[in-house]
Amino acid sequence: MIKGTVIIERDICKGCELCIVACPQESLGLSNNINLHGYRYAELIKDNCTGCVNCAIVCPDVAITVYRQPKAALKKAI
Amino acid sequence: MQETIQINGYELVYKKPSTLTEKPFHYCPGCGHSVVHRVLMEVIEEMGIQERTIGVAPVGCSVFAYDYMDIDMQEAAHGRATAVATGIKRIHPDKFVFSYQGDGDLAAIGTAETIHAVNRGENILMIFINNAIYGMTGGQMAPTTLLEQVTSTTPYGRKHEAMGYPLKITDLLANLPGAYFVTRQAVHSVNAVRKLKKAIEKSFEYQKLNRGTSFIEVVSNCPSGWKMTPVESNKWLEENMFPMYPLGDIKLPKEK
Ligand SMILES: Cc1ncc(C[n+]2csc(CCOP(=O)(O)OP(=O)(O)O)c2C)c(N)n1
Ligand code: SF4
Ligand code: SF4
Ligand code: SF4
Ligand SMILES: [Mg+2]
Repeated sequence: MIKGTVIIERDICKGCELCIVACPQESLGLSNNINLHGYRYAELIKDNCTGCVNCAIVCPDVAITVYRQPKAALKKAI
Repeated sequence: MQETIQINGYELVYKKPSTLTEKPFHYCPGCGHSVVHRVLMEVIEEMGIQERTIGVAPVGCSVFAYDYMDIDMQEAAHGRATAVATGIKRIHPDKFVFSYQGDGDLAAIGTAETIHAVNRGENILMIFINNAIYGMTGGQMAPTTLLEQVTSTTPYGRKHEAMGYPLKITDLLANLPGAYFVTRQAVHSVNAVRKLKKAIEKSFEYQKLNRGTSFIEVVSNCPSGWKMTPVESNKWLEENMFPMYPLGDIKLPKEK
């Protein structure tokens, strides 16, 4: 399994949960804390992200940056 | 763009396109407008046409599109985006020109401008966000509102006897000879977003070849107007919008 990770900009996230349902690994969840704007924000809750980019493709607020193990790293995933 | 940013030895595979400004979107959580803005700007970044693209923004929730899209843009009066885009393209035929409108803007107040711009075969890309409602003004019925759909002006649901039927304006426009490429897409899933991106790329390629009007309807959501969570709104859209507004190409170029 290719390893990946995401960085979610906490104060840009609006807690819409669309990334959570799009993640095939169920790697994401909503924090119990709130951000600057009062939204519960998405965060990694498991260490099994594959860097598939699905979450970033559906995130309306472009809050997600995705990284992946170099071996198979494509230049641009979509 | 070329920087291979690394984190713990991992390589960057997705980041926000450089063609979007720093300004965070004002849209409600989960709103499809945001996704369409981003995908459009990704195409413009990847095709390297940021300096050569001019967009026309509508009146509606996306009235501030020009704050987010880091390209030359013009705001149009309500419904008139395709007329304004016509003028811009005719003065600047070497530029890529697109209009961006909601269903109230394009299919209610702007119906005349829309039909005549397509009928003239204006060599522009028209992007049409169909969320079956007037989002900006408080969720009133739009021409595209579904039968029985509850909105703030159809509290008992839309009835065709009094309010007519959902207007499939995209299908109407496809009948006009000026329409070169007409397609209906969505942004509710990963696959849908990928297909929308392809459709936008194709439209700009056709525009380069002077082919006439490309028209992309995006069946989108309005979680606030529909009074649903974003996740619920995408499910509702699949179950209720797609039967009336099925996805796929409606008019494809005849010759290759
Ligand atoms: C001449 C004029 N008439 C009416 C309005 C009020 N108005 C603003 S936006 C809008 C409709 C917006 O709906 P839509 O185009 O579907 O965009 P959405 O917000 O749903 O994206 C209306 C009727 C206006 N601004 N100007
Ligand atoms: S990149 Fe893929 S696996 Fe990783 S969090 Fe996003 S959707 Fe899940
Ligand atoms: S899709 Fe984006 S805005 Fe929505 S919860 Fe995930 S990170 Fe936040
Ligand atoms: S009112 Fe509807 S269309 Fe407007 S930003 Fe909110 S969710 Fe989007
Ligand atoms: Mg609308």
